Amino acid sequence: MKGWKELEIGALTKAGSADEYNTGSWRAFRPVWIEENCIQCLFCWIYCPDSAITVKDGKRGEFDYMHCKGCGICAMECPGKKGKKAIVMEEEGK
Amino acid sequence: MGKVLAVTGNQAIAEAMRQINPDVCAAYPITPSTEVMQRFAAFVADGKVDTELVTVESEHSAMSACIGASAAGGRVMTATSSQGLALMWEMLHIASGMRMPIVMTLVNRALSAPINIHGDHSDGMGARDCGWVQLWSENGQEAYDNLIQAIRIAEHEDVRLPAMVNMDGFIISHSIESMEFLPDDVVKDFIGEYKPKNPLLDIENPVTMGPLVLPDYFMEFKRQQHEAMLHVKDVVLEVAKEFEKVSGRSYGLFEAYRLDDAELAIVVLNSAAGTCKDVIDEYRDRGIKVGLLKPRLFRPFPYEEVAEALSGVKVIGVLDRAESFGGFGPMYMEIASAMMTNGSKPIMINKIYGLGGRDFMPEHAAMVIDELKEIAETGKVKLYKDYLGVRE
Amino acid sequence: MSTTPLRLKELSKKEDLLTGGHRMCAGCGAPIAIRQVLLAAEMPVVVANATGCLEVSTTIYPYSAWKVPWIHTAFENAAATLSGVEAMYRALKKKGKIKERIKFIAFGGDGGTYDIGFQSLSGAMERGHDIVYICYDNGAYMNTGIQRSSATPLGANTTTSPAGKVIPGKLQPRKNLTKIMAAHGIPYVAQTTPAHWRDLMTKVRKALEVDGPAFINVLSSCNRGWRTPTDRAIEDCKLAVETCFWPLYEYENGKLTINQKPKEKKPVVEFLKTQGRFKHLFSPENEHLLKKAQELVDKEWEDLLREERMWKAEEGE
Repeated sequence: MKGWKELEIGALTKAGSADEYNTGSWRAFRPVWIEENCIQCLFCWIYCPDSAITVKDGKRGEFDYMHCKGCGICAMECPGKKGKKAIVMEEEGK
Repeated sequence: MGKVLAVTGNQAIAEAMRQINPDVCAAYPITPSTEVMQRFAAFVADGKVDTELVTVESEHSAMSACIGASAAGGRVMTATSSQGLALMWEMLHIASGMRMPIVMTLVNRALSAPINIHGDHSDGMGARDCGWVQLWSENGQEAYDNLIQAIRIAEHEDVRLPAMVNMDGFIISHSIESMEFLPDDVVKDFIGEYKPKNPLLDIENPVTMGPLVLPDYFMEFKRQQHEAMLHVKDVVLEVAKEFEKVSGRSYGLFEAYRLDDAELAIVVLNSAAGTCKDVIDEYRDRGIKVGLLKPRLFRPFPYEEVAEALSGVKVIGVLDRAESFGGFGPMYMEIASAMMTNGSKPIMINKIYGLGGRDFMPEHAAMVIDELKEIAETGKVKLYKDYLGVRE
Repeated sequence: MSTTPLRLKELSKKEDLLTGGHRMCAGCGAPIAIRQVLLAAEMPVVVANATGCLEVSTTIYPYSAWKVPWIHTAFENAAATLSGVEAMYRALKKKGKIKERIKFIAFGGDGGTYDIGFQSLSGAMERGHDIVYICYDNGAYMNTGIQRSSATPLGANTTTSPAGKVIPGKLQPRKNLTKIMAAHGIPYVAQTTPAHWRDLMTKVRKALEVDGPAFINVLSSCNRGWRTPTDRAIEDCKLAVETCFWPLYEYENGKLTINQKPKEKKPVVEFLKTQGRFKHLFSPENEHLLKKAQELVDKEWEDLLREERMWKAEEGE
């Protein structure tokens, strides 16, 4: 860890550096994306508190498991397709 | 040569602020400093400065807005007194911890209760540990000169700390004295352009300011602040030397008056020093070797230099215009600490005087010198700490 | 520059200005709201944050989740701090040292906004700074461990208004801060929730566009304080709106518009019953509090409808 001579004065902090911090280890439950049930509504993306859903060119991709804390909001809000959810929560380690 | 005018202390401060022309001022009126911002508001209204004046709803918000403005990346000033400073207290620490070179005039006034609007040093002394550079001023001229120099000191690359300039409420703030102002362009050149450091408004290079710092890093930032304070003495002297070139007025870390061969000494801040000097002259005429030390830089306190200046003195009377109930006055504690640095062991007494604007008269100074003289002769101290000028 | 349409597909192409890796609790409503606010903005913004969950959890040194310029100084003064930032912006712009158009957003919780920061908020709004103050209201001091605030609803069980044997939780109704801010006569005031993302983002854009101060009150779930499962943040906000516990409305230059009128107004117990903090209210001896809670909601809703009717009548609609 840096000593006082090396630190920017006044605790000035690099913008966006939390991106490097792993909060994925907090998860007790893991969201699993079932692509065939996904209608690309992106509700999961807009309602994610942890910016943990990757989206490219307007289409969702895999979860960012380094940041996902497993709250389950995405699964709760997922409308799915024909009554089948595109996101389900599974217990970690199982 | 600048203009010589007869003005009040507050007017002198407002005039210095006009010449400094800060980017932002945020202030809330409080007696006896109100006039400073009133006059400054008139400068803003008349377009004599470019300043954005933020007329906040409290002193807490004044200092908060000053910190926000300073962080944004420009020169920031304010003024307050007493309860106003007390309300700012939380933010004073934050200003220094975030390394914001804000410059504030503190027109010294007693703290309540009982409520009292007159001058004493309990406000400034209460802010002693807030991490601000403190300069103290005997009169309006010194306050004006100190304020201009404070800009350079606070903003110095090796310092980057907020600074407050202290001046006695009413006694100086509302008294008219004849003093010399520097020409506007001289002040402008002396303070120079403000150089922002990682400004918040640099949207191309976003920064996070004021994060949560836990035990793993907290002490490192406090150590940085300590380091900045260690640089202040040199910077104060360097700035004073340059200031002398443009003003002809000389400043140091403190003023030593007839101290060279003194056996007795008074240590006192601000306006009472003027009264003491007159009385000292009378005693000197009678062959009594008495001198005076008037600190100018109180934070950081120049312990070694003060100890050196007082090293030949046998008895010191430290006058405090502030109380530390249950302890010695704040100046006494500093002088006692200073004397520990060079091993000289003078006898030291402490007088609490002038609280809530109680007049400090020449006879009070004479009483102190008489007592110092008696202690020098007998080696006996009746009371180490006592009140001066109080009715029994 | 064209404005990004308020469609998720388009919005998702914008950069997320709040990164993951912050340490807000799993399922917290606040970062959802913050992400939406930052996604709505179409110009550079500078943020000031009051002390609180959001502030501490997003900036644990040496990490910061903020990609926009961000400042925190203390708890009660986000509005005052941002006043200073905005004043400096005006000063430097005047001198030509800054060219860009920058907007300013303050975030505070209900503690930092309704209570300890109320004075500085009121002052900043009165002074007319060009800033948007956004309160994320989760109805208690959650950062210090769920103590009651003046935003805490009637009857809620908090650690300083515990549901005890004699006192059944908080005895006072919550303060209507949105109305108080509207009374400041500022150009824009609104109330919304992150569950209504399009409503929230529309309001943020309106607030950023006005010249002068704006205030938005955002209901935000705290599953620790509300005693709910971690996946409820959006559902409970929907219920708050469907029961009219938290109506969506806005004041544009003083004129009220209700943005959503539930087809069928659900009873407030629908909002209360999912949350552990109101559990005790469902005991028979506390029936009067449930009744009172419904009366409070009804009154606020009817007052809003009446006020909106008045505006419409005046405009001959």
